Amino acid sequence: MLEIKNLSVSVQNKIIINSLNLEIERGKKVAIMGPNGSGKSTLSNVIAGKHGYQINNGKIFFNGINILELDPEERAAKGIYLAFQYPVEIPGIANSSFLRTALNSIRKYNGEKDLNTREFLEECKDLSKRLNLDASFLSRDLNTGFSGGEKKKNEIFHMLMMKPKLCILDEIDSGLDIDALKVISDGVSKYSNENNSLLIITHYQRLLDYIKPDEVHIFNEGKIIKSGDYNLVKTLEEKGYQEFV
Amino acid sequence: MTTSETAKIVEEASEYKYGFTTDIEQEFAPKGLNVDIVKFISKKKNEPQWLLNWRLNAFDMWKKRKYEMPKWANLKYDNINFQDIHYFAAPKSDEEKPKSLDEIDPELLRAYNKLGIPLKEQEFLAGIKNSHKVAIDAVFDSVSVATTFKDELNKLGIIFCSFSEAVQNHPDLVKKYLGSVVPTNDNFFSNLNSAVFSDGSFVYIPPNVKCPMELSTYFRINAANTGQFERTLIIADRGSYVSYLEGCTAPMRDENQLHAAVVELVALEDAEIKYSTVQNWYPGDKNGNGGIYNFVTKRGTCLGDNSKISWTQVETGSAVTWKYPSVILKGNNSKGEFYSVALSNNMQQADTGTKMIHLGKNTSSRIVSKGISAGKGQQTYRGLVSVLPNASNAKNFTQCDSLLIGNDCGAHTVPYINVRNELSDVAHEATTSKISEEQLFYCRQRGINEEDATALIVNGFCREVLKNLPMEFAVEAKKLLELSLEGAVG
Ligand SMILES: Nc1ncnc2c1ncn2[C@@H]1O[C@H](COP(=O)(O)OP(=O)(O)OP(=O)(O)O)[C@@H](O)[C@H]1O
Ligand SMILES: [Mg+2]
Repeated sequence: MLEIKNLSVSVQNKIIINSLNLEIERGKKVAIMGPNGSGKSTLSNVIAGKHGYQINNGKIFFNGINILELDPEERAAKGIYLAFQYPVEIPGIANSSFLRTALNSIRKYNGEKDLNTREFLEECKDLSKRLNLDASFLSRDLNTGFSGGEKKKNEIFHMLMMKPKLCILDEIDSGLDIDALKVISDGVSKYSNENNSLLIITHYQRLLDYIKPDEVHIFNEGKIIKSGDYNLVKTLEEKGYQEFV
Repeated sequence: MTTSETAKIVEEASEYKYGFTTDIEQEFAPKGLNVDIVKFISKKKNEPQWLLNWRLNAFDMWKKRKYEMPKWANLKYDNINFQDIHYFAAPKSDEEKPKSLDEIDPELLRAYNKLGIPLKEQEFLAGIKNSHKVAIDAVFDSVSVATTFKDELNKLGIIFCSFSEAVQNHPDLVKKYLGSVVPTNDNFFSNLNSAVFSDGSFVYIPPNVKCPMELSTYFRINAANTGQFERTLIIADRGSYVSYLEGCTAPMRDENQLHAAVVELVALEDAEIKYSTVQNWYPGDKNGNGGIYNFVTKRGTCLGDNSKISWTQVETGSAVTWKYPSVILKGNNSKGEFYSVALSNNMQQADTGTKMIHLGKNTSSRIVSKGISAGKGQQTYRGLVSVLPNASNAKNFTQCDSLLIGNDCGAHTVPYINVRNELSDVAHEATTSKISEEQLFYCRQRGINEEDATALIVNGFCREVLKNLPMEFAVEAKKLLELSLEGAVG
């Protein structure tokens, strides 16, 4: 599904991603762990198409096409979704109407009709119940005044409504309480199937205990320094990054 | 269709949508301004002597101003040659005024249909649920061409007609209130308007009547080199209520056109007037050629106790906007409100705001101003809150927010506060923000392209104001904001 080849990225002439190679197959759940500042969010942003990064080298293929030339909205329309480490507040726009605009934009891009508003709202309500979200969540301004955990839940809420092919979760677990973490992980696990892929960025074992990744990569200074399966998480938890760097 | 034709259509669609001209026979007064022109206008309208005298007196005062336009606003524009303007233009077919809608020149009807204003007695925007009736008065250049729903309003004793008709049929009301809120020589443009005003709307709501539909006027400048000087007067008698909407468009022309209106509102005891404007005069092209010079004096008096006047405006058009809808809070416990969205894109300039003059006890006012600047647009909020010695317990709250799109535009805030009663409470908050890269990226990551994302964020920014508009107007205003923002990003 996603293939990153020899990618080098810098910001203000400082190299952040350094000759990175990474492949995520269809149906796979891949976790990336790495110390603060190692370039995990930068990688997510570059995959999603954020401007302001200097791509020095390399290619990113999504289902066979090089996406580096595409605008962020085109990548989104092709099924790339990023759950932000720091979701953004937009005052004056109701959460549900933002989501509907997003869904309709993508449908338009793919030559589909607008959503039926009633069905959309029904689905919103069902899902928010499933995720234990208060009903007021839909009508409140997008992320505005949401608590840290609420913002994270909202990212998963959007994701499950938008049904993307590649879900990048950038520290979705930070700020979530224990119950919320379970509900969110549950939602993500249920969503995951043989047709979509997950890229999970996290600092903690707990999320991965729930989601059970197929592959785990340890990231440092913009590249993968160690790869393995779920057992790598345990080693890391016990010994810390010192063991690997 | 050839490629160039297609390209042209696409180009036209993305630019000022209302910029067509209508090819109908027009009757003009000769260019220029002198006593004879003032007399000509008055004669055309078959006005009584007292009104002619009123105009002549105004003209006398205006002459003394020696073409000295006000200079204090944060606006740059060419001097206007007041002798190079037609002060009166009327569709010829109007010579014998149509008695019913069927008699209106079909070209005119077509012109209004193109604007999306059906001059038929039908539900406004039939496609929208809960759409309610809107009575419309349409003003084409200098004359009013049609007023709808007259009979239904007549039954309630509501008077809604063109200003000229009111002069003929309700002279006592006109005489009593004309100039009572905006004195003739209040300012350069109100002074000019008082001498040469053409037409406009007149509304009278009798005591204890709640007007059952929105009353609306559409203004259209069609003729070239013509100024539009409309005059609107709305009187809400004791315990009455009215909501009034005003919309306006003009064709695209290379030269600047002058629009200098005066609007006066009078709310008697326990009465409420809600006045909404969507101003979409032609803004000129990207390089600042052409466009309307919009110098407007709008003011309301809360004359009676417990009365309320509320202005809501969405200003997206005009090359230059100079406009301060104000409220004089004379009655005790009276309330004034000003909700404004003003957008300046490309070379547009707006200097707009309000004045809240607290005279009575327990009076309160609320100001919410949202200014959006894009391109090379310049935007100034200018507001005065004045609490006079007798206005004990007066309250004002002002919220004044500016949003910048791009790096070449500007936003300025000039609040004047003048408090002469210690038992009053005046609060002012102001913010300036930019649409952040983070916000845009967030929207785009969700599939919303940059232009739509900008419109979305701007709509969110304006929501507090837009929600005050009647539903149909709010929909129109949103679309207008989107249209006006085109080309602001990327
Ligand atoms: N726009 C920018 N300008 C300057 N430096 C930047 C910018 N974006 C990222 N960096 C730097 O790049 C490095 C990697 O940042 P990034 O956010 O990708 O780290 P991370 O692995 O996600 O860290 P964390 O675990 O703390 O979220 C950091 O040193 C950061 O300061
Ligand atoms: Mg990060």
